[in-house]
Formats: sequence, structure tokens, C-alpha cells
Amino acid sequence: MSSALSSTAQKLMLREQYGTPEQQRETVTLGMWIFLATEVMFFGGLFMAFAVYRMRFPQGFDEGSADMSIVLGSINTAVLIASSFAMALAIHSAATGKQYRSVWLLLTTAFLGVAFLAIKFTEYYQHYEAHKVPGIWFETSKPEAGAMQLFYVFYFAMTGLHALHMTIGITLVIIYALRAAAGSFDSEYHTPLEALGLYWHFVDIVWVFLFAIFYISGLHT
Amino acid sequence: MSTLVKIPAAETPNYLTEGRGIRSWLLTTDHKRIALLYLASVTVFFFIGGIFALLMRLELVTPASDLVSPHTYNELFSMHGIIMVWFFLIPSIPNTLGNFLIPMMIGAKDLAYPKINLASWYVFMLGGTITLYSMFRGGVDTGWTFYTPFSTIYSNTYVVGAALGIFVSGFASIMTGLNFIVTIHNMRAPGMTWFRLPLFIWSHYATSIIFVLATPVLAVTLLMVAVERIFQVGIFSSELGGDPVLFQHMFWFYSHPAVYIMVLPGMAVVSELVAAFSRKTIFGYTFVAFASVSIAVIGFLVWGHHMFVAGTSIYAAMYFSLLSYVVAVPSAIKVFNWTATVYKGSISWDTPMLYAIGFIGLFTIGGMTGLFLAALGIDVHVTDTYFVVAHFHYIMVGGTIMAFLGGIHYWWPKISGRMYPEGISKLSALTVFLGFNLTFFPQFVLGYLGMPRRYAAYPPEFQSLHVLSTAGATILGAGYLMPLIYLFWSWHYGPPAPPNPWRATGLEWQTSSPPPKQNFEITPVVTRKAYDYEGMKDELGLV
Repeated sequence: MSSALSSTAQKLMLREQYGTPEQQRETVTLGMWIFLATEVMFFGGLFMAFAVYRMRFPQGFDEGSADMSIVLGSINTAVLIASSFAMALAIHSAATGKQYRSVWLLLTTAFLGVAFLAIKFTEYYQHYEAHKVPGIWFETSKPEAGAMQLFYVFYFAMTGLHALHMTIGITLVIIYALRAAAGSFDSEYHTPLEALGLYWHFVDIVWVFLFAIFYISGLHT
Repeated sequence: MSTLVKIPAAETPNYLTEGRGIRSWLLTTDHKRIALLYLASVTVFFFIGGIFALLMRLELVTPASDLVSPHTYNELFSMHGIIMVWFFLIPSIPNTLGNFLIPMMIGAKDLAYPKINLASWYVFMLGGTITLYSMFRGGVDTGWTFYTPFSTIYSNTYVVGAALGIFVSGFASIMTGLNFIVTIHNMRAPGMTWFRLPLFIWSHYATSIIFVLATPVLAVTLLMVAVERIFQVGIFSSELGGDPVLFQHMFWFYSHPAVYIMVLPGMAVVSELVAAFSRKTIFGYTFVAFASVSIAVIGFLVWGHHMFVAGTSIYAAMYFSLLSYVVAVPSAIKVFNWTATVYKGSISWDTPMLYAIGFIGLFTIGGMTGLFLAALGIDVHVTDTYFVVAHFHYIMVGGTIMAFLGGIHYWWPKISGRMYPEGISKLSALTVFLGFNLTFFPQFVLGYLGMPRRYAAYPPEFQSLHVLSTAGATILGAGYLMPLIYLFWSWHYGPPAPPNPWRATGLEWQTSSPPPKQNFEITPVVTRKAYDYEGMKDELGLV
């Protein structure tokens, strides 16, 4: 069970319940993967319900989807994929011992995340201006008003939950950037960064699916 | 299982004496202390839920609705279900015995994430507090199932508050499941291979898979119920353009696997008890281990049997009926293997064994009546009757609570360092068994004769059976109070327990009672299979 503790960071970060740094590393990444499995089931319930209603009310859901701004949606998709790229580079830099670069890449990731949220909330404001707040202030001249409102329910619920995940992610990225700047990570020990990266990429992938079902599905109308 | 570890001297601090005062408990990251925090909490919830049940049984002594109003009765059965399912049965065994024993059984110092373990208790208590708060503000009358559209449009009670409490406590389940899975994968002692693990661990692994994969679906379903109720937009209510059957699909996608969250840990305990008190290796270890995993997997595919009368397609119903029969197979395998383990064993009838044998009998009745309900024709006849009520109480109360009490007695010397009084505890096991059967067996008959569930009043011809059931509930209540009293007593006054009072295998018995904070003085090295009573005969002092 004994293994040479080669770097100071490792010695500092090894928790008492673990025998070796390898054990701790495996534990952190496995835990994150299982957490992401619960997230898949969480979002999965909403995706399933969305699919059921989309098949039942195709016209109303197309009308709702046609309201979406494909330009803003596409920009946001690009922003988020770029942020994932920056995150991947940040972990690579940490792993290859370039800590300074890693800090800047983490801050870039956080900045792109904030940009995404800014664009997203601009869209929310446009929906509000257009009186498209389901249950509170919903007006439309389209024939399938009820189904269209249901589309907006899912739209706000799912993108809202996604935005919540983004907010948590951005907070963590900033905290980890500060920790990286304080020298908590090195080429041997950067497991928390890897786990954060998994989370960030997951939230990114969820958006790709949200983009497809909300923005692209109504493009032809 | 491994060479005996040197027992530390008496003055060595154990997990109970290392750190004193309320702070050292509320901020502990020791899995054993967190297990005790959970044990205290779920016991409180159990007695709250039990009081609701007793009030219901008292109301049902007479055919008329006279003790409480029908509305109050609706709230009583709703809150009984909500408290018992989410705040007692689901955390009962995993978060108390599982939390205490999983690291010890695999030879680890703690769970993989001790802080998340503590956080889960706080999250659980927050959820419980929210639910209790909405209960005292006026309660809920939807039943524990929150069926739409009643829960989202018509019910004039605190649905959102109760649902929020359950939503929050779900995160405690997820944290626990995640912690267990990672611990079992990564924290095993040297030599503790997968097939040397005690069956307790296998069953808890299967339970944890359900925890992490099913609970998020309940969370998102309750979220949608809350959105529909608050904003009055149609997700699940046909009046608003939604689909109530979709709610039932999503609710039971969690809630059926949740039944296995309740019973798999019970099976985990019984596998240990049967082997320990027969002093034999468990019959068909691999079969029992894989039975746990297959129950978890198939359990995800049978939810539709709760909806045979909800207007789902007949082909879907046939599929769910068939798979409900299939899921009974691994459960039956377990029962057969326990029975075969007892056969020609060197049996002793200590209290835990009485509970274990009680479990096997009652679980078999509960399981067999489950097959009646999986049959499409019979299910239509007895849907929403007391037959269903009796069936699931045989599984959850006759199964899970019997196993819970058996496990608490069996590991009490390890947990408290004291022996419980054997005579009165045997009496309590007997009282619980008799009280249970007297309470719930008449309900099978009631249901078969057509008495629907969830009614405060009923036709006079059902009265004698209802009176029998209420009499049984009184005995059952007394049976549950007894361990509460004498276990508390033995915590201070019981005779000190040796490290291995049952002469059982298992790493948890090879350290002192109560164990030191880090569980073992030296990390054990495992060289044997689980339940190797033959090989450890001399070490354990068995003749």
C-alpha cells in the first residue's frame, strides 16, 4: 500500500481515508462520472417528457421553435464549445506543468461561460418583451396556443436548469483558477481540475442537445 | 477471512469516546458517527409515521368516519406514506447499518467521501424539516403518490412544500449511493476481491445503483409537478393540455425501483444473519450476489405494473406483467439460498436470527402476493384495495423493518460496545411478528372482498376484519417500542461486548467493540472468502 509521495502538492492533498494518491485520484474521477450519470437521468426525464409532447403536438412545438433566434443560439453554441476547448487546454497545461497558462485558460473558460449566460438572458428578455412567459403572461396569435405554451414551459425549465448548472460551473472554475494561481496543482496532482473538466464538458453537451431540440427543430417553418 | 487483528487495550479511545460534546458529533466525518446521527433521525421519523398509522387504524375500528374527518384521514395516510417511504424506509438500512458497516466490512478507514457523507445527513434533515413544516402548516392529502391532476389543480393542501422536502432529501440519497459505489470500487483492503465481499456489500452496491439512477427522475418529476401547480401550465393535467399518465410513468419509474431500495438492504442484512447463526458458508454465494444486481437491473423495467388500470396499452401491460414475473426469480433465488444455508447448519436462536427467519417468511408471503398482482386479470380485480396495501406492507414492514431490527440487534454490540438483554429482545421479536401478521393478514381478505384503500368509512360487513387489524397494530406498536426502550437501557447498563460475540466471520468482528475511529489498528489483509466458517473454525472457537 505504500507509494512514494513525489511532490509537495500530493502530500498536502492526500486525505486521511486513502492509502495512496492513485487511489484518491481514481476515487475523484469515478465519483464525478457517477454524478454525471445522475445528471443524465435528471435531464433525461425532461428530454423524455419533451419528446412525448413534441410527438403529440408537432405543430404547436414547431411554432414555438420558430420563435427562437437561430443566430443567438448558434453564437451561444460556438461560445460554449470554445469554452470547453479552453477547459481542455487548461487541464493539458496543468498536466504538462505550465501552471501560469492553466490559470489564464481557466479564466478564459469562465469568461466564455459568462458570455453564454449574458446572451441567454438577452434571449429571455426578448421572450419577456414578446409576452411569452408561460402561465404568467402568454400571448400569441398562432392557432396552437396551448401547445406552444407547453413548448415554452419546457424551454424555460430546461434552459433554466442548464443556466443553473452553468452558474455553478463558472463559480467552480473561478475558484479553481484561484487555487491554481496559488499553486495548488502541478503536473502530478491536478485531479480536481480533471473532475471539473468532466462536469464542464457535460454541461456543454447538454446544451448541444438543447440547441437541437429548441432551435433547430423548428427551422423549416 | 483474515488473520485476527490485535485488540487494543481498554483505555484506547474508540469512535464514541474520541472527541466529546455536541460539536464533535455535528461536525464529524466519521462514517460510524454519521450512521448514528442517521439512526436517531430515522427512528424519530419512524415513530412520527407510526403515530399516523395508529390514528388511521383507530379511525377504522368503526365503519363510520367518526374519530377524524375524511379530510384529516386523507392527510393521515398521505403523511404516513410520505414519512415512512422517504424519511424512514429508504434511508433506514443503507444510511445506518450500511454507513456503519460498509467501510468496516471491506477493511477501509472510512467511506470515499466522508464530507459528502456528513453533508448528506444535513441535506436529509433539511428535506425532513421542510416536509414536517408543511405537515404542521396543514399537511397534504394527495397520498404519497402525488397523482395529477389532483395534486396540481384540485388539492388545496401544502403539496409544493411536501414535494420540496422530498426533492431535497433525494439529494441525500444520491450522495449516499455515489459514496457507496465509489467506496466499494476503490477502498477495498488488500486481498478483498469482488467475490470475497460479504453479500451485505453486494446488495448495497445494487441499492446504490438504484439510488443514483432512479432518484434524479423523481426529482425532475416533482419539479414539474411544482411548476404546474405554481404557474398553472399544463404538463401533467389534461385540463391544461398535459398528460396525467405521463406523470404516472415518471413517478413509478422512480418509485418502483425505490421498492428495491427498501428491500435490497434488508436482503443484505438477512444474508449476514443467516450465515452467522447457521455457522455455515452461504449457499450459492455467486447466485445471491448476482441476484442482487439483477433485481436492481430488472427492477427498472417493471414500473408499468402500477398502471394496469390507467389506460396504458394492453401490449405494454403484457410486457410489464411478464417482466414483473421475471423480477421475482432473483428474489426467489435468495430465499432458496437462505433456506439451503440454514439446512444442516449449527443454528442458534438468538434475537437477530428470529428476525431473519421472520423476514424470510413474511418476505415470501409479500413476494408471492406480488405475483398475484403481476397477473393482469387478478390485478384489475384488486387494484387500489387493501390487498395491495397488505402486499406492500408485507414487503416493506414485514421485510425491511424486520431486517432493520434484526441487523440493529446483530451489530448492536459493535455499535454500542454493549450487549442487549436477550430475553426481552426475543419477546419483542415475537411480538413484532405476531402483531404484524394480525395487522396485515386480515387486510388481504379485506382487499379480496373489495374494501378499497384510502377511505375513512366502509360498509359494516368489513368491521370485524378491521377490528382485528387495529388490534394487531396495537401489538405491533408495543413490539416496536420495546427495542427502543431496552436498547437505550443497554447503551449504558448492558454488559460490555467482546469484539466478536457471535463468533462470526467478517472484518467488522475482528476489531474492538466499539471500533476505534479509523476502524482497524492495522489495515487488514484478506486471504479468505466471506463466510468461511469451516476454515476459521479454530480461530473463531467453534466446535
